[in-house]
Amino acid sequence: MTRLLDIRNLTLRFTGKRTVHALNNVSLAMEQGETLALLGESGSGKSVTLKALLGLLPPKRTQIEGQMTVNGIDVLSLSGRALQKYRGGEVSMVFQEPALALDPVYTIGHQIAESVMRHKGVSRAEAMSTALDMLDRVRIPSANRRLHNYPHELSGGMRQRVMIALALACRPRLLLADEPTTALDATVQIQILLLLRELQKEFGMGVIFVTHDIGVAVEISERVAVMYAGQIVEEGTTREIIKEARHPYTQGLLAANLHDVARGARLNAIPGAPPSLEVKPDACSFAPRCPLAHADCLKGLPPMVHPAPRRRVACVCAERMAAE
Amino acid sequence: MSVTESFAQTPDKGGPAQPLVIVRDLQKHFPIRGGILGRTTAHVQAVDGVSFSVRKGETLGIVGESGCGKSTTARLLIGLIEKDKGEIIFDGQALGESLSLRDLRRDVQMVFQDSYASLNPRLTILDSVAFGARVQGLDEPEDRARSLMARVGLDPDRFAHRYPHELSGGQRQRVNIARALAMSPRLVVLDEAVSALDKSVEAQVLNLLTDLRREYGLTYIFISHDLNVVRYISDRILVMYLGEVVEVAPVDSIWQQQAHPYTRSLFSAMPSMDPDNRTKVPPLAGDPPNPINPPSGCRFHTRCRYAEAVCKSAAPRLGALPGAPDHLTACHLHDAASGHSRAGMGIPA
Repeated sequence: MTRLLDIRNLTLRFTGKRTVHALNNVSLAMEQGETLALLGESGSGKSVTLKALLGLLPPKRTQIEGQMTVNGIDVLSLSGRALQKYRGGEVSMVFQEPALALDPVYTIGHQIAESVMRHKGVSRAEAMSTALDMLDRVRIPSANRRLHNYPHELSGGMRQRVMIALALACRPRLLLADEPTTALDATVQIQILLLLRELQKEFGMGVIFVTHDIGVAVEISERVAVMYAGQIVEEGTTREIIKEARHPYTQGLLAANLHDVARGARLNAIPGAPPSLEVKPDACSFAPRCPLAHADCLKGLPPMVHPAPRRRVACVCAERMAAE
Repeated sequence: MSVTESFAQTPDKGGPAQPLVIVRDLQKHFPIRGGILGRTTAHVQAVDGVSFSVRKGETLGIVGESGCGKSTTARLLIGLIEKDKGEIIFDGQALGESLSLRDLRRDVQMVFQDSYASLNPRLTILDSVAFGARVQGLDEPEDRARSLMARVGLDPDRFAHRYPHELSGGQRQRVNIARALAMSPRLVVLDEAVSALDKSVEAQVLNLLTDLRREYGLTYIFISHDLNVVRYISDRILVMYLGEVVEVAPVDSIWQQQAHPYTRSLFSAMPSMDPDNRTKVPPLAGDPPNPINPPSGCRFHTRCRYAEAVCKSAAPRLGALPGAPDHLTACHLHDAASGHSRAGMGIPA
């Protein structure tokens, strides 16, 4: 079976008045049916990776180098019809703000059916029945009636369910989810997470789930890739990342989650702020904030250490630990 | 740097036993106008009969989901919006009677969630921080502003003449904190003040808030939707649902036992942080109801798995749990005289 996703040495720059080095040499692979969380803070490149995968970035201002294949399809070579077929057919996306992602002037049934008609070439009536089936699958109560609702008539949690139904209507092999639960209340967030987990099993698709919240990553994904300043600094199974994080940045993020910090105890906060992305990094981007940094960290890009199969850490210290 | 006399906190009037803030039966309904004539067609019952008190030097955390009235409560407290009913008593003085709004605002300051929207884009950082002190006519506001900027971790020589858009979110939130402290307040209301920050920056700001509380003898009301953050910083937690208080208790007590079914659901909705033991069943179905026409009786009864006829007809009263006088909850399960089939027995284990 072909790999679901293979990103090799993806480097992405936004040009214009000033250059932003949004992604630097990102490589990432996923097998069929895997769920991967891309974990990172704002500006770390996690959303840009998703948008690049869907070809949503403005071509005039974006320079992309490297390779991206999804199910053997070379994403960067797609254009026109082929790109349309790929978007929504092979890969689709759930956005953070369903209120903005859905079209306010069409009913939700119409929007789902339209996508089905486009991709599957079926009649409107058949597409509407698919839409109804999808609303049922995302557990929308009295789906028959809801089919004719406009987005503004639904609550935030409902809208996100519709967004998921829309994304899955054409049975994509890969679902991209960009912080889909961040705008939701806690009791609704957990419902959506569990729904996505069930649907992932049912449909057997792969999921990339972008989040800044480690807790959410644990609930949804088998594997986690941690991003910092446009690079992947650590990757492993969720268990490996939670229980034995090796990169100092991942360790700092875990500490900042406050999950089991004693009340009022001093937090081990990572000092400073992420670097501006105006220059291409030639050393470890995290070194200026790192408690373990020393001269070697500034000499060149950190080595990629592989402590186990499909586990990697980009850190000089991890290399030393592995050698001992 | 010497701080002039005028910047001292206003003196303690009621003594240590007098709570800094007492709120009684606070109510705010926002009218909704519709139709051609713009007549009031309904009310959003944003805050409905909320009572609580905050002791001197403590941090009260307020949690709840969107629409539960936590931000409206905060805005009522500092007089940004006018209350319909109820009393706000600050250090023994009732607002509107022996205490004017102007005096209250000297003692109570607020930090908002959106660090950018809450700063004037045309004022430099220094001017923003010094603004309140200038308005109140205090001496040497700039010196005070510079020393506060240094205290919150912004080098005044580098940042004083910058504008808000030149700063990162974390830095802007430090400016907002410095500005709140410029008036030497006694109470600071933090409304989702760290929610928009990245986790690593959030931890820095929480450390800063903890230090400032000790140094300046502050009292905080800390509003957040993140239970982990609230647990970390608060002494007591108040849980709101659809404009009402459903539970209020010391942190350790509520962490051990969530007495109200809603509080329990809210706690079980927290991600587990354990890949071997993930959440399997969502604690609640559906979204919170609309506060325009909240459910009758106990407002949670439409989503509560223990609801019975009495929950629909009668609103429960906030009362203490047996053996825990400072752990209060408003639920028929805990009220022996309520008529619920499990009255007085609490939530089944």
